[in-house]
Amino acid sequence: MESTGNQHNQGMHANHNLTGFIIFLCSESVIFLAFFSGYALLKLNALDWLPHGVEGLEWQTPLINTFVLVSSSGTIYLAERQMARHNVWGFRGWWLATMALGGYFLWGQAVEWSGLKFGFTSGTFGGTFYLLTGFHGLHVLTGVLLMALMLGKSFIPNNYKGGEQGIQATSLFWHFVDVIWIILFVLIYVWQRS
Amino acid sequence: MTLASYDPRVLKSNAPVPGAPDNWKRFFSFNTDAKVIGIQYITVAIFFLLIGGLLAMIMRGELITPENDLVDRTVYNGLYTMHGTIMLFMFIFPVLNGLNNLLIPTMIGAPDMAFPRLNAVAFWLVPIFGVILISSFLLPGGPANSGWWSYPPVSTQNPLGNLVSGEGMWLTAVALSGVSSIMGAVNFVTTIIRMRAPGMTFFRMPIFIWTAWAAQSLQLIGLPALTGGAIMLLFDLVVGTSFFQPEGGGDPVLYQHFFWFYSHPAVYVIILPVFGIFSELFSAHSRKPLFGYAFVALASFAIVFLGLIVWVHHFFPSGVPEWMRNLFMVTTMLISVPTGVKVFAWLATIWGGKLRLNTPMLFSLGGLFNFVFAGVTGIMLATVPIDIHVNNTYFVVGHFHYVIYGAAVMGIYAAIYHWFPKFTGRMYYEGLGKLHFFLTFIGTNLNFFPMHPLGLMGMPRRVSSYDPEFTFWNVVASLGSFLLGVSIIPFLINMISSWVRGPQAPQNPWNAIGLEWLLPSPPPAENFEENVPTVISGPYGYGTGKPLVENQSAYENQSLLEA
Repeated sequence: MESTGNQHNQGMHANHNLTGFIIFLCSESVIFLAFFSGYALLKLNALDWLPHGVEGLEWQTPLINTFVLVSSSGTIYLAERQMARHNVWGFRGWWLATMALGGYFLWGQAVEWSGLKFGFTSGTFGGTFYLLTGFHGLHVLTGVLLMALMLGKSFIPNNYKGGEQGIQATSLFWHFVDVIWIILFVLIYVWQRS
Repeated sequence: MTLASYDPRVLKSNAPVPGAPDNWKRFFSFNTDAKVIGIQYITVAIFFLLIGGLLAMIMRGELITPENDLVDRTVYNGLYTMHGTIMLFMFIFPVLNGLNNLLIPTMIGAPDMAFPRLNAVAFWLVPIFGVILISSFLLPGGPANSGWWSYPPVSTQNPLGNLVSGEGMWLTAVALSGVSSIMGAVNFVTTIIRMRAPGMTFFRMPIFIWTAWAAQSLQLIGLPALTGGAIMLLFDLVVGTSFFQPEGGGDPVLYQHFFWFYSHPAVYVIILPVFGIFSELFSAHSRKPLFGYAFVALASFAIVFLGLIVWVHHFFPSGVPEWMRNLFMVTTMLISVPTGVKVFAWLATIWGGKLRLNTPMLFSLGGLFNFVFAGVTGIMLATVPIDIHVNNTYFVVGHFHYVIYGAAVMGIYAAIYHWFPKFTGRMYYEGLGKLHFFLTFIGTNLNFFPMHPLGLMGMPRRVSSYDPEFTFWNVVASLGSFLLGVSIIPFLINMISSWVRGPQAPQNPWNAIGLEWLLPSPPPAENFEENVPTVISGPYGYGTGKPLVENQSAYENQSLLEA
């Protein structure tokens, strides 16, 4: 009797965690909304959007990065499915694959940054570019670190009773980062002409 | 001061009593109990109120004569900047979070907040960013001095060129305050959504819970925008980006949008819980059910919705397009509809009631009076032609001080007196409380009313010297501000002495209805623990004879002990 009461409490508490995390993500999305609307406003009102010597942004590498990130949303879903079937090693495999894709995305972003001819002081174009991609990259990094934490936790015995909430939250965060990237890709790379 | 003098239930549980004055050391520790955190918040906030008030009194001392003779002009700029920042970010938000911590769990029958550790972290950020902000007074260039809104390009000047500037410290403190408020908001909203007592449906929640929920939702939606703007401003200031620098293609008005997208709703973050306090207190001290409960509850979220789409009225003269001015004038005027619903509901509640004119009720009535006055000048300011005429004059300063001090701070005082017996287990001294009320009420009106004629005459805000024709009203306002400074003395004496050696408070000194009044005074650490009552009716059944919870007499007689 006492143990069921205890479990009930634990379940409720875990639900709080997920509720709190969803509320936090809603709030976090507003900061991106602020950056996106600021970017659009500055771009629409700019006289010379591109700094001297910059023709535009190369979009092939970022497109590959986009495919990588979108497919990582698929792999994290598969990892969650494996978890639901209590196949822990299947979960770890897909989870690790997601982490690898996230890591590849970050590496691709770093390669792109190092090849650019402008810095963050190159007018509002440079400033907003590095602000948006950098702030998003920070979220990708956070996501990868969260996944590493969850992977480590999966090796603690008997951690799954109510422990899936952490995985759910990480997965939710990862989809969030993915959606933000798609909007960002459209705003920065697809919409080149101001 | 032994535990033996407290309620027998408390004695039985043998646990420390959060609000009791014994073992004061826990108020200086990383305590995760919402009731301890609530008192920590309120105490720290009142400490900063004293600092912010002192800065205000120095300014009023400067303004008692037309000449610039007391402080240097640059120091004066720092004074009004820090006054506004301290009062908003370090007094009023923390004091409201303190009330939320005390009231939300007890009013909904939860043992604690949803995330107790997060709650403690959110609180301890307050003294940290407080120290950061106050220590900027010691910098060679002085504190931030571009006004509490920190508009670029003034705020990005940094004439001394030091990496650590007053403005940089200001931005850091505001960003940390934002982090703390977001942590708090996530916690409060989760607690309200998930931890209500059985039977407490949304439309059985006390209005304070509705308004706290509405206000915290506004924090969640608005604060990230300010944080975004602050990050961009910090980059402009420190690493040389040009988001808001016209010479680099940036747009200073964009910052104003970011700033006011949060800072206008921030006004509702402040005033909504005070509406909640008014609703609780008018009903309890008039011995009548709250008039139009459902409308008052829903009006809170109408205010949230409208409050998010009025921000441009803060900078009508900043070159915003004509359509925007018209649109935001209309939305600003619309917001007086849900607000008016509440005001009329309170009037109808008081009407024909058996009023008890004790300190909390006096503060509520005084607060309502000031709020209505501020509402009238608010409608005037919403009108674009008037706003452009009196923009950046003392009219605006008078208007928002009537809201923030006249209504919000007086409502907060009302709440402190009303719930003081509950959370400390001690009664305050009624005479000192009434003295505090009369000094505050007279001081507020003496201080802030003269700002209206001054503004209409054309006296600009944020100046340390002025034309001698403005002298009369300035002297009156300065005297009022010193009276306000005096008014805090009976308050402090009352709070400290009655907390330490005041008479024992009964469980329900006001015969008020609400779950918190079914708890002993002060409530034990986990509130109801396992014996959470089942709510069976709405929150304001005064005079109806309907019990609030199942088996109410058991809670009232505290026979819970045997259960």
